[in-house]
Formats: sequence, C-alpha cells, structure tokens
Amino acid sequence: MKKQKILDRLMGIVFRITATISIASVILILVFIVINSIPALREIGIFQFITGKTWAPTDTPASFGLLPMILGSIYVTAGAILIGVPLGLFTAIFMARFCPPKLYKFLKPLIDLLAGIPSIVYGFFGLVFIVPLVRTVLGGTGNSILTASILLGIMILPTIIGLSEAAIRAVPQSYYEGALSLGATHERAVFTLLLPAAKSGIFASVILGIGRAIGETMAVVMVAGNQARVPTGILNGVRTMTSSIVIEMGYAADLHRGALIASGLVLFVFILILNIAFSLLNTRKGA
Amino acid sequence: MFHSKPKSTFYKAHPLSLLIKILVWASVCITAFVLLFIIAYIFIKGVPHFSLDFFSLKYNSNNVSVLPSIITTIYMILISLLTALPFGIGCAIYLTEYAKESRFVRYIRVTTETLSGIPSIVYGLFGMLFFVTYLKWGFSILAGSLTLAIMILPLIIRSAEEAIIAVDNTYREASYGLGASKLRTIFRIVLPAAISGIFAGVILAIGRIVGESAALIYTAGTVAKIPISGFDSARTLSVHMYALSSEGLNTDKAYATAVVLVALVILINFLANTITKKVGNK
Repeated sequence: MKKQKILDRLMGIVFRITATISIASVILILVFIVINSIPALREIGIFQFITGKTWAPTDTPASFGLLPMILGSIYVTAGAILIGVPLGLFTAIFMARFCPPKLYKFLKPLIDLLAGIPSIVYGFFGLVFIVPLVRTVLGGTGNSILTASILLGIMILPTIIGLSEAAIRAVPQSYYEGALSLGATHERAVFTLLLPAAKSGIFASVILGIGRAIGETMAVVMVAGNQARVPTGILNGVRTMTSSIVIEMGYAADLHRGALIASGLVLFVFILILNIAFSLLNTRKGA
Repeated sequence: MFHSKPKSTFYKAHPLSLLIKILVWASVCITAFVLLFIIAYIFIKGVPHFSLDFFSLKYNSNNVSVLPSIITTIYMILISLLTALPFGIGCAIYLTEYAKESRFVRYIRVTTETLSGIPSIVYGLFGMLFFVTYLKWGFSILAGSLTLAIMILPLIIRSAEEAIIAVDNTYREASYGLGASKLRTIFRIVLPAAISGIFAGVILAIGRIVGESAALIYTAGTVAKIPISGFDSARTLSVHMYALSSEGLNTDKAYATAVVLVALVILINFLANTITKKVGNK
C-alpha cells in the first residue's frame, strides 16, 4: 500500500515535468533566436536594420535593410485578408445559417481538406496556374503581390470559415427567433443580430488568418517573384521576410546569416503581437 | 420558414435581403469551386505521369523516384510522434487530472498557444540553430523530426486534453470506489476511454508532418536517398516536391508528387473524420 502511494507521488511529479515542455520549448526557441540575432543587430544597428531600404548582402559594403521585406509581408498579408475575409466570412455565414444539412455533409469535409493541403502544393498550383493567369490577363511577369495575395487568400479560407462559423453558431438561437418574430427576414436577422453578436469570434478568426498569411513561406516563395526592393504596385514582384530566409539561408555566412536570423526574430515579434491580440479577444469573449 | 407568401414577391419587398442571399450563395460557390478546381487540376495533370520507376528504390535524375522520400516521411512521422506523444499526453494528464487553476497552468496554456502560432520557417531556424549547429547533429532526420515534434506538441496536447476531459467522471468515481489508485485509474480507465480522441489528434499531427517543408529544408536537408541512420540527411515528400518544382526540370514529376501528397491528405482527413464521428457516437 505504501509503495503504491510513493509511485503515485512519483508519477505526479513526472506528469508535472512533462507539462513544462511547452514553456521550455518557447523559452529555448526565443533564447536561441535572440542570441544568434544579437551580434548582427549590434553591427547593423536595430534602427538601420528595420528601416533600411536596401537589402544587398553580397555587395561591398553589404547593406542589410529589412524594410522591403517587412512591407512585402504586410502587403501580401493585407491582400490575402482583402480576398480571404469577405469570401470566408460569407461562406461561414452560409455554413452556419443557410446550408441545407445534406450539402453541409459534403461541404464541411471539403473545407477541412482545404486546411490540410500542404502549402507546397498550393505554391505549386499557384506557380503553374495563377501566375500564368495573372500574366495573361494583367501583363507583367505574373510573379506579383497580387498573385501571392490571391493564393494566400485561398489558403486562409479554412481558418476564417472554421472559427467564424463556430462563433456564429455560438450565438443563442433566441436572438434569431426574436428577430424573426418581430418581422425580420432570415437574412436581416442573421446580418443585423447574429453577426454583431459573433463579432469577437470573427475578429479572432481574422487575426489567426493574418498569422497564417504572414508566416506562410513555401507558397509565397514560389509565386511572389522575390525581388528584395520596396514594391510600387500590386503587379510588382515582392519578397516577404519568410521567403528571404528560405532563399538565402542556404549560402549565407557570418553577418548575412545573422541578419537572416534577425529577420526571423522580427517575424517572431509580429506573431507574438498577433497572439497577444488574439488572447485579449478571447478573454473578453469569456468575460 | 415563417412566411407563407411566394418567394418571388417576398424578396421583391426585401431587396437587400435578396442581395445578401445572392452574396452568400455566390461566396460558397466560389469557395467550393476553387477547392474542387485545385484538386481536380492536380489530379488530371499528375496521374498520367505515374509510372513504375517513379516508385523505384533508388533515386536518380532519370526516374526522380518518390519512394525514398516516402520512406523518409514515414521515419519522420515515427520519430516525431514517439518524442511528442509522451510529453503531450503527460502534459494533458497533468492539466486535466492534477492541476488546479494556477499561474503555472496559465503559463502552460499561453506557451502552448504561442507554439501553435509560430510560423514553420521560425521552427526551421530554431532547429537549424539548436539541433544542427549547437548540438552538432548536422542536417539529419533526427534534427528534422525533433523540430517537428515541438511543432506538433500543441496539437497533441489540445486533442489529448479534450479527449480526457470528455471521459465521464462516473468512470473515475467508480474506479476510486473500487479502491484503485489515482495512477491505476488514469492508465486503466481514463486513457483507454480517451484513446480514440487522442488518436484523432495523432492523425492530424501526421497530416502536419506530411505537409511540412519550410521547417525541414534547413534541419533535415534535401538529400534524395533512403536514410540509413538517424543522422543522415534526407528529404520528405513535401521537401522533395519543393526541390522538384524549384529546379523546374521535372515539372511532370512534381505534378505526380503533388497527387501523392493530396491523396495522402485526403486519406488522413477521412481517417480523422471517421474516428471523430465514432467518438461522438459513443
């Protein structure tokens, strides 16, 4: 009996130790990325690094300005949101309030599948289909902000649809019935009552969508053109922070390597800010 | 619905409602069309390029075989799961069976949430800095798998936690009532009852591993051979596909590889759905 108790205690401690794994991982990731960024950031200067407009790692003297990539990431993410959010939100409304049950059984797994397709497959599809399409219709090379935005817009659809649908479904049925009994049409009830009530969940889905778009790497590398300069129009090629790392890490050394790791750090900070915004929204929803 | 008037006159009185109805239906049609189009496009372009030597044991630039990368993918899945599962399930057990709401638990939740938001390229950077460089493992399956193990942790923790919470409390009470210890109750009663929910999470994690490429390029490398030891560099199916499409020499084979990937994802989603349904029915 006593042995049993000791074993119970011991395993309790073991479970507690395994429970620290997430904390340990986040700390380890942060420490390694920060430590490896510091020398480069010190040499380049943080301000110079973030606001510099030229990225020319192989020139002498080399210049490391991340601004084109920061803008690139922001532009393609904004484009993805412009395309993905309206489409995804309307689809979520359909799934929650318009969809006949039979159609739902078919659509739901389809949208789940959309979430599971590897980004490299999306990238490849973008490369062989969307790039030529944009090239023929609008001219230019086809590798552009627009192309990347369209592709990312498609890729964030399942995130937007899934979370928004859940948020709309969570609104009490009595809201809807009350509106109908006052003479509102089905559409009016959904748009003027259910949507405002589901607001925070919908915002949360948009934030997660932004996170997914800004962190996406492989799909963007294949369609965005990857020129490291400040873009001037949506048909210009663009390079994001993520693409920069994938493209150059293979041959980078010394300061160049440090600068790439520091781009990863900047990306990480972006994601942390989004995460904080997300959890703030979630706690407010709970209150 | 609640109105009895014929639809056409009904919507004439509410033009805005009609517009909204049209918008909603149009959006869902576009979404469904885009998805079906992508899958159909990949399959139609890819299936004709399947051939026997596409699956031969040795990779060379003539056959561009996918088999080595399929085997590498399986290795990756096994090592990542073997590493992540004990920690993930242990963490879930702690959160559900031991912990009370405390600062420690809040830290666990915040960091797990953070892990699930980190972009895969940042995982790749970390894996390169820690496993490849700091631990001096070089580009290797092991470095890649452990990077992926951290990546799938949040998924495992969350699904295991949900599955364990869903186990009816009467099970636990009955077990304690019969004099079983806490540990025995967890391993003999709670975990077996939660196993299919945990399994659904595992399958989703496999889906993430199969689809991952950005985190692997600078941790596991891109060698196209069947790996012998854990310290060999090798490419998974997704990395293989990246290599093919960025080289631009074997676009046909890239299509065929895409078919293999999409088929795998369809299979994985089907399995996950079936298991989740089974859990729901129970």
